[in-house]
Amino acid sequence: MKRYSFLELAKNAFSAHQNWGRQWRSPEPKAEYDVVIVGAGGHGLATAYYLASEHGIRNVAVIEKGWLGGGNTGRNTTIVRSNYLWEESAALYNHAIGLWQNLSQELNYNVMYSARGVLMLAHTVHDVQSAQRHIHANRLAGVQNEWLTPEQAKDYCPPLNIEKNIRYPVMGAALQRVGGTARHDAVAWGYARGADALGVDIIQNCAVTGIRRNQNGSIEGVETAKGYIKAKKVGVVAAGHTSVVMDMAGVRLPLESFPLQALVSEPVKPAFPCVVMSNTIHAYISQSDKGELVIGAGTDQFVSYSQAGGIHITNHTIDAICELFPQFRRMRMLRNWGGIVDTTPDRSPILSKTPVPGLFVNCGWGTGGFKATPGSGHVFAHTIAKDEPHPINAPFTIDRFRTGRLIDEAAAAAVAH
Amino acid sequence: MSQPFRTEKGGRIDRGEELTFTFDGEEFHGHKGDTLASALLANGVHLVGRSFKYHRPRGILSSGSEEPNALVGIYRNGDQTPNLRATQIELYDGLEAISQNRFPSLGFDVGAVNDLLSPLFPAGFYYKTFMWPKSFWDRVYEPIIRSAAGLGKPPRTPDQDTYANQFAHCDVLVAGSGPSGLAAALAAAETGARVILCDEQAECGGSLLSESNASIDGKDPANWVHETVARLSSMENVTLLPRTTAFGYFAHNFVALAERVTDHLAEPDSKLPRERLWQVRAKEVVIAAGAIERPMVFPENDRPGIMLADAGRTYLNRYGVKVGHKVLVATACDTAWQAAFDLADHGVEVVAIVDVRETPPDNLIAIAEARGIRVEAGCVVTGTLGRKRIKSALLGRLMTSGQVASGGQIDCDALLMSGGWTPTVSLYSQSRGKVVWAPEKGAFLPGISVQKERSTGASKAVYGLQACLEDGYAAGEAAATAASGKTATITYSSAYGGEAGSGGILGALPHDRNASRVKAFVDYQNDVTAKDVKLAVREGMHSIEHIKRYTTTGMATDQGRLSNMNALEIASGTLDKPVTDVGLTTFRQPYTPTTFGLFAGISRGDFFDAVRKTASHEWVVQHGGVFEDVSQWKRAWYFPKPGEDMHAAVERECRTVRESVGLFDASTLGKIEVVGPDAAEFLERMYTNPWKKLAPGRCRYGLLLNDAGFIVDDGVIGRLAEDRFHVTTTTGGAPNVLATMEDYLQTEWSDLNVWLTSTTEQYSVAAVQGPKAREFIAPFIEGIDLSADAFPHMSVKEGTFCGVPCRLFRISFTGELGFEINVSRRYGEMMWETLATEIEKRGGTPYGTETMHVLRAEKGYIIVGQDTDGTVTPYDAGMGWAIGKKKFDFVGKRGLARTDLVADGRKQFVGLLTKDPKIRLEEGAQITTSENPATGTAAEGHVTSSYYSAALERTIALAIVKNGHAREGQTLYVPMPEGSIPVEVTGTVFYDKEGAQLNV
Ligand SMILES: Cc1cc2nc3c(=O)[nH]c(=O)nc-3n(C[C@H](O)[C@H](O)[C@H](O)COP(=O)(O)OP(=O)(O)OC[C@H]3O[C@@H](n4cnc5c(N)ncnc54)[C@H](O)[C@@H]3O)c2cc1C
Repeated sequence: MKRYSFLELAKNAFSAHQNWGRQWRSPEPKAEYDVVIVGAGGHGLATAYYLASEHGIRNVAVIEKGWLGGGNTGRNTTIVRSNYLWEESAALYNHAIGLWQNLSQELNYNVMYSARGVLMLAHTVHDVQSAQRHIHANRLAGVQNEWLTPEQAKDYCPPLNIEKNIRYPVMGAALQRVGGTARHDAVAWGYARGADALGVDIIQNCAVTGIRRNQNGSIEGVETAKGYIKAKKVGVVAAGHTSVVMDMAGVRLPLESFPLQALVSEPVKPAFPCVVMSNTIHAYISQSDKGELVIGAGTDQFVSYSQAGGIHITNHTIDAICELFPQFRRMRMLRNWGGIVDTTPDRSPILSKTPVPGLFVNCGWGTGGFKATPGSGHVFAHTIAKDEPHPINAPFTIDRFRTGRLIDEAAAAAVAH
Repeated sequence: MSQPFRTEKGGRIDRGEELTFTFDGEEFHGHKGDTLASALLANGVHLVGRSFKYHRPRGILSSGSEEPNALVGIYRNGDQTPNLRATQIELYDGLEAISQNRFPSLGFDVGAVNDLLSPLFPAGFYYKTFMWPKSFWDRVYEPIIRSAAGLGKPPRTPDQDTYANQFAHCDVLVAGSGPSGLAAALAAAETGARVILCDEQAECGGSLLSESNASIDGKDPANWVHETVARLSSMENVTLLPRTTAFGYFAHNFVALAERVTDHLAEPDSKLPRERLWQVRAKEVVIAAGAIERPMVFPENDRPGIMLADAGRTYLNRYGVKVGHKVLVATACDTAWQAAFDLADHGVEVVAIVDVRETPPDNLIAIAEARGIRVEAGCVVTGTLGRKRIKSALLGRLMTSGQVASGGQIDCDALLMSGGWTPTVSLYSQSRGKVVWAPEKGAFLPGISVQKERSTGASKAVYGLQACLEDGYAAGEAAATAASGKTATITYSSAYGGEAGSGGILGALPHDRNASRVKAFVDYQNDVTAKDVKLAVREGMHSIEHIKRYTTTGMATDQGRLSNMNALEIASGTLDKPVTDVGLTTFRQPYTPTTFGLFAGISRGDFFDAVRKTASHEWVVQHGGVFEDVSQWKRAWYFPKPGEDMHAAVERECRTVRESVGLFDASTLGKIEVVGPDAAEFLERMYTNPWKKLAPGRCRYGLLLNDAGFIVDDGVIGRLAEDRFHVTTTTGGAPNVLATMEDYLQTEWSDLNVWLTSTTEQYSVAAVQGPKAREFIAPFIEGIDLSADAFPHMSVKEGTFCGVPCRLFRISFTGELGFEINVSRRYGEMMWETLATEIEKRGGTPYGTETMHVLRAEKGYIIVGQDTDGTVTPYDAGMGWAIGKKKFDFVGKRGLARTDLVADGRKQFVGLLTKDPKIRLEEGAQITTSENPATGTAAEGHVTSSYYSAALERTIALAIVKNGHAREGQTLYVPMPEGSIPVEVTGTVFYDKEGAQLNV
């Protein structure tokens, strides 16, 4: 792999950039792999990368029905934070935060992780209680999170409207300074390039259509659009379509898939310094490096696989943004899109072995898995390689829905993203 | 006034009305009917903007909404709106426009240094650098990138304008009013069908407004437009919407339109909205969105003065503006020739027509020769010169070998180009239709309809005036018949002239220059060149989706309308794969950028979310009460007397209730009337408690779980009759409880004969609580014996309050003797005022939610959502008693049996007393066994409620603690930044443990 650097760019400028190599190959699938990962989103690619880099398992294929990174990884609004309530979640997301710090350097690909701070607004007494609870829990868990008064929040984010005469005035905010954003495509591409360089085959435009099990019920391989591929182990990381893929192995999962929409404005000069989220009035916003305001909200109310939602969601998302930032009412929406997110009953992911020997699953990230990409890939690779979970993902089993040992982030605060 | 590039005559502008406007502070003149772009061109101004990345000088490229270069800010009312297209801004007197993305000025922009450094900035360069030193990303690189990026400056002040919202239904919605759209609208309207016709431009007519070489029914096309529009306007079944963009096509033929109402007016009526959102449900949709011309990709194809040929023709014929004095026309198709002829006919020197094709049609060559225009066939432009305006162009001759031989240089001050036409399939694609590649047309066309829509005219590559009219009529008729079953016979107009041309090219043109050094732009605004697309392919980006994201081609504010097809062809050529293998990105709403305010509509301030007020609201306001927001409700929080802060007020209110009597507005609690022969059975299945044996006239506390077995709601339920229950829920939970009940009733238990009716807003509820509650309400109540024996705790009876019917509950959320009086909402004010006036006289007090919280905490009553968080079972909450042990089933019963829910070590509901009675714990604070827990220690639980208790004269708290029920008496710690606070675990009832106060 040719290393990227400014010097390399300058050198290539002299040869008019004719000599850059491929970031990844487009190989034909081999007959057999040690591990097949289904789904080349950020999580699948990161898993493959860490299998190769940390566990020396390089005979790996990542099989993708469309284009790598074209699923939710390439559709999300890239908020990164780790101030979740429960110790289990905080540990998982904080593990990711740790990896984000050096990810550009590790992958030699600028993923533009930008710790601009994530401000989560409180508008009611109940919000304040919930935010305080998070802050106390996070302090004990060693996760950064602090309380700001409305005035401090405005200092941190000058465009914020903290007038008392709005429908739901801001009563304060929780701030995580290490939170922020990253460049979604770069994360997928950086992991793809890194994994490819270590020998991982990324096979695009090749849907997995079946999962074969042997007489003992163990994994034998996958049927794909490019034929049958043998595999000792299979890891399914297919986000909104995970339940469909797992069904091929006869495993039912407690997942529901919903459309989640997002939108961007036309690009403007710097107007917004951080990330602001409000769960009560349902909206969040940041500004991309390109200058677009990146805006989102909650999922559509109905389960669906259609990547387009209704206009009422857009209306409510934008009216919330305009309520907090009335100066943006004259901005214009450039693009609106949706992705299909897989949600679990407790709104925490599943990173787990399955009842089928050799079959592993990483899903249920719902509306907020981008931030976890490095951490998720890291512990999932461990789980596949060692056939047992990493301590960090040990609580995130499928079985918890049977036993009731839930990690209920939704109930705790109804927090999205 | 001098407008040096204005024609002598012609065009649709009003030469009698001169308008003054400024651009970057300089004053210019134009006419009514001009766009900002046409007015600038009339004044010879081509340089209007700077590109995104290289800050290259850019001119007006098009005449429509696809404009990528001429983006300006418009000043109005002390603030500016960025990124508006000069080609769409209608000129008004006093208009103030400013250029963007340049510093210090448009003419001299320091950012232009990027253009010199561009060899360092190929596609995706930022992924490869800015990684060292690490800390520089946040502090140095990113801030620099950010300030360089972005186009216009964001607005800074709150928008003063209003926006309106209109819902509409119609039989046929026609999007686009060119020849096909007008014909379709007319054909549909004549059947009597309800028609909406919208067009993003100020005037209907589309291409007909700039047609010079055709006639319809022997008339000038513009006259035909005029007559057709007049006919349509006269019909009651037709709604004509100019300045209205169909921007989003959603499910079930739901189309969203954005109407610009006042932006074009110099002095808008302040009562008018700035824009109006039309949410249209159409039985049938006719997409008549036309086609747009494609730029040609040749080196330096971006200089000011280089423009699409059809735009040049439009400026001439529609706006009476010559785009230059010496114009070069470069084309790959016939239509641009007509632009050259029209210019020549207006006395503009056309220096040459350069056609890529070896043999352009003879008839065109003949017309050119007749006008003395030099024709170069088999020839391309290989470069241009001129910094802020094109000065000359380099020509190249295509050789049979595929090479290009130099063809000399030619002076010009404008260059019109045409790579052919791209049908606008955006709306079709948004309707979830799959476009189909038509190789013979070199275009993606609408395929099978997924929704009830049809495309017509140029949007499906039907070209030529007569063909477009015919296709439009047919589409309109068919749509109307499909929608309403009606037909009509109308006489088709017939056109002469305006024939379809042939030709067109995709991708980059060949040239004889150093390919790796020159810039041939594919995406103008984002500065993506042919080289960039090739680089992306070389680096392994093989799908258009990757190429788009890596190079940013097609991601500018025109959403790739101008660039997609050329980028696709370049990628397909580089990959040596058919275009269809590279793929086309899907089109998403909005069709063109759409104002946030339009979506937000009237939703601001109090309209942002319904404000729900109870009958006591005005009284509370007048008496200085403070409110809190609880879901949509405004609830009285506390009632400070002069000089009291919240703490003092709450302490007094608490004391008064415990000692005398208090009045509380409980109207916001959800109320559901559950009626029917199976009402008791229904509640039996919903709630954990048993209901069948509850006698009419009695109440019971009900606990509602989700199917996972966790508490989600609670409330007192009164049985009014065998078949009638009055169910109460929490304030915030009301809608969900009703929805859940309906869900079960309709999907799981359709065997039950039960009706559910929300009555939350039908009743006003006054809670009267305190030892003197009975004597206090007695004078107002008739028809109910209030004595303890006749009306014990947990009873409900119907009687009258001040003569109006009431439902009286004897229940308590304070631990004191308590009543809740329900009267019809229309008597709510009467009830509240009567009681509130009286209570002060009797030494009682109104009290708010805070006091209610304290009093219930003293009694250890939970508040769902505060003391529980969706992870608490009835057993955890110490409310195992609420579970009907003999019941066959209830929602959550199975969940409750899961191993973890019955395991040891669950977090349980307890009381906490701080060792220091003065310290009030923070709600949400964590609880540990160790006084100095190490970071990462798992918490034993957390504080859920914490107050100062006037009755106990100390602080109290409730908490969820691991194994809490068994830990009574133990000391635990609440670690705070200032140090740990020792607490003792206690029972949850702090006051009147025996409940003596309740049963008086
Ligand atoms: C609009 C939106 C906004 C969001 N905002 C945020 C945010 O701000 N912060 C945050 O942390 N998270 C956010 N998320 C969530 C986040 O995007 C996801 O949790 C995360 O990207 C999931 O990554 P993944 O790799 O698991 O999934 P994906 O990127 O979706 O990858 C799954 C892949 O599996 C492939 N696949 C599916 N079926 C098959 C098959 N049969 N065969 C082969 N391949 C298959 C898919 O094509 C896809 O590429 C958002 C999501 C959306 C939709």
